[in-house]
Amino acid sequence: MTSVRIPPVLREHVDGQKEVGAMGETVGELIRDLVARHPGLGEQLLTPDGGLHRFVNVYVNGQDVRYLQEFETPVTERDAVIILPAMAGGA
Amino acid sequence: MSPSSTLLDAIGQTPLVEIARFNPNPAVRLLVKLEGANPTGSVKDRIARYLVEDLERRGRLGADSMIIEPTSGNTGISLAMVCRLKGWPLTVVMPSNVTRERRQMLGIYGARIIESPAEKGSNGAVAMARELLATDPRYVMPDQYANPSNPQAHYETTGPEIIAECPEIDVFVAGLGTGGTLMGVGRRLREHNPSVRVYAAEPMPGEMVQGLRSLEEGFVPEIFDPSAIDGRFLVTTAESIEALRRLTATEGIFAGVSAGGVLVVASQIASQMESGTIVALLADGGWKYLSEDIWSRDPDDEALEALNLW
Repeated sequence: MTSVRIPPVLREHVDGQKEVGAMGETVGELIRDLVARHPGLGEQLLTPDGGLHRFVNVYVNGQDVRYLQEFETPVTERDAVIILPAMAGGA
Repeated sequence: MSPSSTLLDAIGQTPLVEIARFNPNPAVRLLVKLEGANPTGSVKDRIARYLVEDLERRGRLGADSMIIEPTSGNTGISLAMVCRLKGWPLTVVMPSNVTRERRQMLGIYGARIIESPAEKGSNGAVAMARELLATDPRYVMPDQYANPSNPQAHYETTGPEIIAECPEIDVFVAGLGTGGTLMGVGRRLREHNPSVRVYAAEPMPGEMVQGLRSLEEGFVPEIFDPSAIDGRFLVTTAESIEALRRLTATEGIFAGVSAGGVLVVASQIASQMESGTIVALLADGGWKYLSEDIWSRDPDDEALEALNLW
């Protein structure tokens, strides 16, 4: 199991947990397993055609997966996966 | 060199300094551009001038106009200086959890402050400013998150300054706020050398400042094109503060918290390179963070995560 950090705005869909486990060898498999375990996350994380929602960022060990191999980015149990909403930065 | 005719002409031409003692990889050169050397102490002086002069040029400002802008502080302070010189009244919409110094400086320059809820972070300030804009026709918003003058300032000033002093640059690292620095400097550097890589450092938002009601309250700045950068890295407040302290201890450089975050990312990239030159842009000096004892308190103190430090 890889642990996935869930942001406050999505916790209602995972019984209020801050971190949940999911299985998968890539980010795509991990997200699909996460959605299978917590169906409420489905339309929050994914677009109708299965892509990543525009206002959702997924990070593996701190790196945005959109700049890695997106859903094909490999993950192991030792990796830290973080989901965050798109937020305006300080400016 | 001749004297500047006003403070506006003293913006930019900031120092570019090598930090060999801080740099984890001696095979790579690591340089920092010290934007704290600008007149109000941050990189935002560059864009404030461009934003206001853009409104003036487009005839958007009339005798009774009032400028309003969402900010976490630095842009507000820079706009307040520019507006003082040009005679426009300024209102800033700012999250309530910014450091005391940001509020003080805005007060010194005579700007009016409207507070947005801390738990909604900068998203809350942007949303509130855009709502207020509709309530009074006298309000005019430069809108750093959407106005192309923001990246243009960096395209025309920051980028050329880096190329003039460091044409051999391979990698550029800056913080991600509006995306203006990354877009403007990045575009200029790639025109100079298409193989330059551009990386963003962004702060891991604390639990208390992620109070969005739904994902639909999420926000991607209009000027930010994610495809124009090569990578994006999250850094924690604690990591940023540790790097910041090491920067001061090894190089004598006194910078703000985001500078620490940018250097966490620059160090990671440096460690993976065999040769080359990295330039990291340090957005502000340390002055506006003194009241929070950034240099002495426990960097893991959770109260720090509740502050808006970028």
